[in-house]
Amino acid sequence: MEVQKESSMIKQKQMLAEHFMELSQVRETGRKVVYTFVPGNLAEFVSTFDMLPVYPEINALQSGMRKKSEEYIREAEDIGYSEDVCSYVKCDIGMMLQGNIGPTGQRLPAPDILLLSYTGCFVFMKWFENLRHLYPNTEIAMLHVPYQEAGRIEPAAVKYVKDQLIKSVIPKFEKVSGQKFDIDKLGRKLELAAQAENLLVDIFDSARHRPSPIDAYFGGVYYIGPIFTAFRGNEDCIDYYRELKAEVDYRVAKKLGPITPEGHLENERFRLVVEGPPNWTHFRDFWKMFYDRGAVFVGSSYTRVGGVYDDGFRHSSKDPLASLAEYCMGCYTNRSLPQRISLLERFIKNNHADGLLVNSIKSCNSFSAGQLVMMRDLEARLGIPVGFIETDLVDPRYYSFSNIKNRLDSFFQMLEQRQSIWIGDDSLSDDVLA
Amino acid sequence: MGNVTYAQTMSSIEKLFDDLTFEYVRQWKAKLPSRRVIGFLPIYIPREIIHACGMLPVGIFGAGDRIPVVRGDAYFQSYICHLPRTVVELALCGNFGDFDGFLFPSICDVIRNLSGIFKLQFENKLVRYLDFPQNFDPEVGGVFYRRILDDLINDLSSLNGLRPTNNNLNESIAVYNRSRRLLLDLVRLRTEKPHLLSAVDFYKLRRAGNTLSVEDFNALLENLLQFVGQIDAEPEDKIRVVVTGAFCEQPPLGLIKTIENAGCYIVDDDFQLGLTWFSQDIPDYSDDPLGALVESLLELKTFSSAVFEDDRMRGELLAERVLERKADGVIFCAPSFCDPALLDRPILERAMNKHHIKHTSLQYHENLGQFHVIKEQAGAFSDMIKLWE
Repeated sequence: MEVQKESSMIKQKQMLAEHFMELSQVRETGRKVVYTFVPGNLAEFVSTFDMLPVYPEINALQSGMRKKSEEYIREAEDIGYSEDVCSYVKCDIGMMLQGNIGPTGQRLPAPDILLLSYTGCFVFMKWFENLRHLYPNTEIAMLHVPYQEAGRIEPAAVKYVKDQLIKSVIPKFEKVSGQKFDIDKLGRKLELAAQAENLLVDIFDSARHRPSPIDAYFGGVYYIGPIFTAFRGNEDCIDYYRELKAEVDYRVAKKLGPITPEGHLENERFRLVVEGPPNWTHFRDFWKMFYDRGAVFVGSSYTRVGGVYDDGFRHSSKDPLASLAEYCMGCYTNRSLPQRISLLERFIKNNHADGLLVNSIKSCNSFSAGQLVMMRDLEARLGIPVGFIETDLVDPRYYSFSNIKNRLDSFFQMLEQRQSIWIGDDSLSDDVLA
Repeated sequence: MGNVTYAQTMSSIEKLFDDLTFEYVRQWKAKLPSRRVIGFLPIYIPREIIHACGMLPVGIFGAGDRIPVVRGDAYFQSYICHLPRTVVELALCGNFGDFDGFLFPSICDVIRNLSGIFKLQFENKLVRYLDFPQNFDPEVGGVFYRRILDDLINDLSSLNGLRPTNNNLNESIAVYNRSRRLLLDLVRLRTEKPHLLSAVDFYKLRRAGNTLSVEDFNALLENLLQFVGQIDAEPEDKIRVVVTGAFCEQPPLGLIKTIENAGCYIVDDDFQLGLTWFSQDIPDYSDDPLGALVESLLELKTFSSAVFEDDRMRGELLAERVLERKADGVIFCAPSFCDPALLDRPILERAMNKHHIKHTSLQYHENLGQFHVIKEQAGAFSDMIKLWE
């Protein structure tokens, strides 16, 4: 079974390797390249035009994991980018200045078009304005996705996004790709996307079991890989999630915990929900601080940054452009603070979490501004222990092992004390909880 | 305001600036039972609509260094800009007690999420985030923005039961047109003779414009224009600079003073950008005044980090401003952790280099108390231009 468990990871790695290989060959193949963002990504739309997407955030996080980000960030700071701004942006620009070598060691092609899907993050707009100056002849297509300020998707906002697609984005894609837009082709891809989304929801919902067969944060970033990047809307993506689901089902049947870098998590002690992205520069060490203590994440907001499927939304061929609009608007950081609180509350309740952890990211105001209020609100509402740590996405200068450990020590002490109070209450069986 | 002396005018402006309890607002509101007060965050909101609903729009720019932040810091991490801390502090201390609603324009993630905090903390007040269109096609962004304005009118009208007619809207547009014209007259006067009105006084005046009713502000501007034109003073040997990047969190007065005392006349800045968001009049005789407001926004020529650059190259717009104001250089002056300003800076610096415009950059936060480094930097910048240009 070990081999089976690793097979989804191997498959994902192969998918990514093929994707980066295709990107490295665009000069020969003539395929056009779209730079775009994960939140509100229009993967199916891009592939309808047979174009290849590049996600600068993914490149940045990969640079962080490969210990390259500090060098890239310093490169960007040398040309005027402030220490205060998003480290993803600086990492991406630094990488570009150093030859744009991607995570697989191959040179990434320059963009033919920048698809500025301006979803849930103001910095995205500034990022691509900067890239446009660095790639001066590149077309830019702005897709302004309205924020869910009223806590719901308004029909006028759907119309606005659709109108932008029809009048601005599609004509630019047709011009750059040389292909006419085919709405039926898009519809077929959206149906495939929905199949993968169903599987992903099942996988995330499996966290309600005890022990949880998944880690919805550290493991979760692998689970969301294909669906949040280049592959949503194709058969390979569905195959990946079928494979992953089979692995998860096996662990549920065998009452096994999730896979960690050191094998299965045994003796699940703490079930946590986490708000905020992970740190990438010390990803393994960071993860280890949790699995060493038997802590598993049963829910995370970060794994909803590229799409929220928990409340029933699925891509649909019924009105493809409206479906894209609703998808974009539903992404986690495009939701109002009360909506975000509700989603976290649902994770905590449905998956029987013992506590909430906030990983506040220095680079990301879209997540971070308001987190302290959300944290206190959930603490008051649910009476659960909450923990708070600070790291950064890809700037290792903002990762302090001792500070994080000290805070986590206190948090785990709280959780332990809480458990010792409840230790006598073993009336809830695993089956009931599941 | 009637005929008052220059000293009285400046004194009243000073008083308004210092008053964080918003006494003027309280008095304005008490005059009629239907009056309501709507606070708004930087940069721009359509004040004409609030005015047409019989309400007072009041700019909320934090409290600078004038209050200790006790509770506000518990709402924001250390790496988030300072403005929202003093805004929350003021709110929790009851300083906005006379305010009936708050508008948060879409300028950055912090202001956006601050709207969420207000929604959670002040459930009995109107709280709206205004998502301005980043698409400027009248049939796309225009339609969307029109809907936002319609919704805003509905929300405001629900507070006092008054729904503005087209006449009301046109009158409001006219009075704000007048206000912008007067203010731009003053800007032009300062372009020619910056020594007649110091940057600090001009700044305080504009802060008053974000608290006073537009009628009171216009009267004040008219008086001041008369006075300033009559002042007999000699210019000092200073360079002329455009200061940019301070459109939201405001610099402390000490910083503005320091720049000017270090040898730089500030001939243009974006400290209170919303007051002159439009450089042209908005038609005030239209059968469709909301349409006129929409069209003006779509055709906006103003230099702003919060508006998608599209084909309006921001660096070129800044270079044009420098030329228009006959400035010798640019000081990029942004609050710490301000994504829009700080992410624009490298683009703008490259544009300034292209146009051979000298520039320097500095960062601040609203409660900064030490200006020595800024004095050195601005002084060196001034000396460099005076000696070598």
